[in-house]
Amino acid sequence: MSSALKIELGRRYHFSSSHRLHSAQLSEEENQRVFGKCNNPYGHGHNYVVEVSLSGEVDPATGMIANIADLDTFVEQQFLEEFDHKSLNEDVPAFREKVPTTENLCIEIYRRMKAFPNARVERVRIQETGNNSFEYSRENSEGN
Amino acid sequence: MSADVYLTRKIEFSASHLYHNPNLSAEENRRIFGKCNNPHGHGHNYTLEVTIAGEPDPVTGMVLDLKRLKEILQREVMERMDHKHLNFEVPELEGKIPTCENIARVIWQLLEPKITLGKLHRVRLYESPDLFADCYRNGGNRAGN
Repeated sequence: MSSALKIELGRRYHFSSSHRLHSAQLSEEENQRVFGKCNNPYGHGHNYVVEVSLSGEVDPATGMIANIADLDTFVEQQFLEEFDHKSLNEDVPAFREKVPTTENLCIEIYRRMKAFPNARVERVRIQETGNNSFEYSRENSEGN
Repeated sequence: MSADVYLTRKIEFSASHLYHNPNLSAEENRRIFGKCNNPHGHGHNYTLEVTIAGEPDPVTGMVLDLKRLKEILQREVMERMDHKHLNFEVPELEGKIPTCENIARVIWQLLEPKITLGKLHRVRLYESPDLFADCYRNGGNRAGN
């Protein structure tokens, strides 16, 4: 009971993108079988909700782990601007060779968020729809 | 192996606040806190989720009685913070900037000694649907999400 209290800051961001699940390593038939309707050559889209959790010291002068305005600017530059109202397959070089599943999207966003200078990213959780969500955390990434 | 079950109760309260550090200049306050520095304050509908961990009692099947938890939340949080100004009316926040981070920590400190059945696992406080803070004891954050 005596361990320190830990505080995390959570922030949600919204973007809308299209994608198509298709692997160049599989035949047309296998792609159809594995990805089903997500393999539609014209793609389809989602309203993604990304939840980013950060940990760090709460600065006594500001009461904050990280300044929200700084975080919002960083997120905007790191992925929101690049992903929002785009095709993840066609417009995002990171997904040229990688299937833009939401699992891979979690890992990609986590990787980019690690560069945030003012706090530590604990986890990235993405809701692809109201019924599907995916999560990637520092524990997974660092094997703790 | 633990047979802990996590139960979560949600409450909502409405309060006003502003961000201002008297040790900083007016200009620095505006730069750091932006529109949250408005001297007349502003308000939010806060949503609080409190998660308790514990093994269900074999007789009642409960970790703790939700009615009891509801009373604790009413006394410790609602009566202190609902329809109040967090800067001026909540002694536990005196001298602190009433950010989500600081309010979540104060709520944890208020609740933890009152939870005698099961143990407090997580306090999550939403200031808006897109901004929240979590508080827990180090190392205990994985379950109950």
